[in-house]
Amino acid sequence: MPLIELEGVAKDFVVHRSAGLLRRDRITVQAVRDLTFSVERGTILGYIGPNGAGKSTTVKMLTGILVPTAGRVSVGGLVPWDERIALARRIGVMFGQRVQLWWDLPLVDSLELLRHMYRVPADRYRHTLASLREALELDPFIRTPVRQLSLGQRIRGELAAAMLHDPEILFLDEPTIGLDVVAKQRVREFLIRANRERGVTVMLTTHDLADIERLCSRILIIDHGRLIYDGDVNALKERYGTERVLVVDLEEPQGPLEVEGGRVIKVEGPRQWIAFERARTNAAQLAAAVATRANLRDLTVEEPEIDDVVRRIYLETRP
Amino acid sequence: MGLDTLRLDWELARRGYARYAAYPAATIAGVFVNTVFGFMRAFILLALFEQRDHIAGYDASATVTYVWLGQALIMTIYIFGWQDLALRIRSGDIAGDLIRPVHPLRASLAFDLGRALYHAIYRGLPPLLVGALVFRLVLPADPLEWLAFVISVGLAIVVSYGFRAIYNIVAFWTTDHRGAMFLGAVAVNLFSGFIVPVAFFPDWLAALAHATPFPSMVQLPIDIFIGRATGGEVLGTLAVQLVWAVVLLVIAERLFAFGVRRLVVQGG
Ligand SMILES: Nc1ncnc2c1ncn2[C@@H]1O[C@H](COP(=O)(O)OP(=O)(O)OP(=O)(O)O)[C@@H](O)[C@H]1O
Ligand SMILES: [Mg+2]
Repeated sequence: MPLIELEGVAKDFVVHRSAGLLRRDRITVQAVRDLTFSVERGTILGYIGPNGAGKSTTVKMLTGILVPTAGRVSVGGLVPWDERIALARRIGVMFGQRVQLWWDLPLVDSLELLRHMYRVPADRYRHTLASLREALELDPFIRTPVRQLSLGQRIRGELAAAMLHDPEILFLDEPTIGLDVVAKQRVREFLIRANRERGVTVMLTTHDLADIERLCSRILIIDHGRLIYDGDVNALKERYGTERVLVVDLEEPQGPLEVEGGRVIKVEGPRQWIAFERARTNAAQLAAAVATRANLRDLTVEEPEIDDVVRRIYLETRP
Repeated sequence: MGLDTLRLDWELARRGYARYAAYPAATIAGVFVNTVFGFMRAFILLALFEQRDHIAGYDASATVTYVWLGQALIMTIYIFGWQDLALRIRSGDIAGDLIRPVHPLRASLAFDLGRALYHAIYRGLPPLLVGALVFRLVLPADPLEWLAFVISVGLAIVVSYGFRAIYNIVAFWTTDHRGAMFLGAVAVNLFSGFIVPVAFFPDWLAALAHATPFPSMVQLPIDIFIGRATGGEVLGTLAVQLVWAVVLLVIAERLFAFGVRRLVVQGG
């Protein structure tokens, strides 16, 4: 039996908008519509989509915070919003955009309090905390009140808080938001280890394609509340992520360059963005072609952005 | 409910205490204000006793004692409107409480008891001591009365918490919970016997007040302290408070469950 199951899940929000002095219109926002999928134990699932796609709304329904307007949800055999407290013992949840630690307390105090909430035995707590401190490098700020932490420090603290009770499932809504490159890498390694060594199932949302690439065995893409892609990362890149961008800095500003296999998509002073298909040419050939037409000062290659990939898939799958 | 849960309550209460202990300047300013108002209220009410010796069974020193106890209870039971829970609901931070394996109201009650202990000691005792130095206060004669008073204040805090929780939970239905908060605070001020003793009310209004939980927050503990309730009456008084505490907590829990069902977490 799958660990997480959704069937025909929908969530509507009713918002009121003022329309004149005394009138207010009711508008229904369909945040999630007719969502059906299931997740097997041991998966690291990437759940992506553009802003407002319905990712956070889905995570809130899976963790029992929101009650769906329609449909059936089961997480670890429980109905999240009916059996919220039983479920809470088995899952770890983190919303990167929210503060779940106690604002006034030093980080270590928050963790200590959570230990009592989840009834983690003292010796296991010591052991888990030691490994979290190392993996997430908490020591430099573990005695600092949460309100004084930087975003990246707080996120690391929140991750530790979500893992303290050895959950079976982790729901992470933007776990790498605000992290620097080193911290991002640590968090990814940490999640992979939890998954490999303890079989933790992870569902994460992100706007960082690298998270998906390094971590996820499966990805789901939603847009406008609908599932539009379900598969692994390689298949996704094969299908949609084939266009890359060469960014060139020229000595002098000049009009859009005409180069074989490339298409200028943006010009900003001496800097130009040239999109190209991986199948047709490569960055080296393209750079050589540019060099014959202008004096090149610097160049970089941009990988496809998650939003581009998502947008392309969306355009392609739109009825 | 095992030892584990009590341990958690204790841990939460400790942190509730520590949170307020972190702002000593606010405490000093608050004590100053409460003390100044204590003098004003004491002198205003004492003026009534120039014409006569007793009002509704109160003599001058019982009345002055009543005033200073009231000043001591202001922060202890949080008379003037509380919105910690409403702000969490409105901001969506309540989501962070809902993912924990503990009922958010239980956690917030435990936290509030810690807060109340801090406020009782640092906001309650100082004005009371000043009052006791300047005026002749009526003090409970035997240790059992002191004990009953302490229990009664504890119950008053829980009753007040239940009521505060209810007017905070309104935030599930409206983005502006402050209307409910002000009404709630006004009701507590008027009917708890904080402004004037319930016994000074016209009979019909006193009867009305006693049909509400408000006297349980201020008047009943004071009645025990100044000896208006004695012997068996003390137990009856504590029983009334206990019933209100349970009733309000149950109502709060039911309302909270309804609220969560229609919760929309704003943002992120
Ligand atoms: N409390 C709410 N009231 C009204 N509409 C809401 C509410 N919460 C979310 N929405 C709407 O539901 C849709 C989905 O929002 P959601 O937060 O799930 O998006 P998301 O995929 O997490 O986006 P992001 O990447 O920006 O975090 C959006 O259109 C949003 O405006
Ligand atoms: Mg989101």
